[in-house]
Amino acid sequence: MKAIEMLEKEQMRVDLPPFSPGDKVRVYSRIKEGDKERIQVFEGVVIRKRKGNTGATFTVRKISYGVGVEKIFPFHSPTIDKIKVISKGKVRRARLYYLRKLRGKAARLKEKTT
Amino acid sequence: MIKGILGKKIGMTRVFRDNGESVPVSVLEVGPCYIIQIKRVDKEGYNAIQIGFQPKKDKRINKPLSGHLKAAGKGGFNFIREIKVDDVDGFELGQEISSEIFNAGDLVSVRGSSKGRGFSGVVKRWGFSGGGKTHGCRSHKVPGSLGASATPSRVMKEKKLPGRMGNEKVTVKNLRVFDVVKEKNLILLKGSVPGSRGSLLEVKISNY
Repeated sequence: MKAIEMLEKEQMRVDLPPFSPGDKVRVYSRIKEGDKERIQVFEGVVIRKRKGNTGATFTVRKISYGVGVEKIFPFHSPTIDKIKVISKGKVRRARLYYLRKLRGKAARLKEKTT
Repeated sequence: MIKGILGKKIGMTRVFRDNGESVPVSVLEVGPCYIIQIKRVDKEGYNAIQIGFQPKKDKRINKPLSGHLKAAGKGGFNFIREIKVDDVDGFELGQEISSEIFNAGDLVSVRGSSKGRGFSGVVKRWGFSGGGKTHGCRSHKVPGSLGASATPSRVMKEKKLPGRMGNEKVTVKNLRVFDVVKEKNLILLKGSVPGSRGSLLEVKISNY
């Protein structure tokens, strides 16, 4: 198993900032269209982080024109240009699936005060 | 050039390409193997090279085998297998074979024992649909009828029935070598290989 860990460590991204479920983040991902490359921004609340070396992912949820949209990003994917943490949310659980049932004012999260 | 080597399965992981594509890869530790015996057409009737993989303690080797290994002078091995070659020129006893025979992009075939499944039923072993689970069904995973009655009044040969499954030799052909880590003798193959972690595999280059 050591050989696999070694191979995975080489691939893992250490440049991304730490964030946890409940945080509002802005994910800049590179998208290739034909020959051109552009950067797409996806901003929303992190509702889940899955562990695993190179297999780690996180899910970002946002409301787009009244419709809830969730996007799962591979954490160590080279297509992620950068991640910006906008605000830290105060939450009491690791998986924020309950946000899916809430709309508008009820779906807000309190900001973490440190 | 030798076209095959022995190795063991380390496990599976994923590797990202630059465009973000995630590639599933099997990690294999191949070699170092050492040539124990060279078989020639005029003596043994065919050209082949016998190689050993994974060192074994001297006290675990019996006298006849130690006599056989003496000429190579590389000690004992847990696994000894033969690899056929067209021409035996250029090989010598005790010569090391390592992951350097592989290049990224090569096609290889991998042979090994599949995971043993024990005594399995027909649903797992032969893909029978099985019966209903609810609504009063009482036959969930049974094989059902084995054939007709008075004619032929026996079960036909090769009828698919429960029995031992797995732990048999399986060859996976044309796996692409994704990467070679020469200093650690590791190769990365795109796709899966038979067996559990740590099991012996024969890897042969197939694009020549």
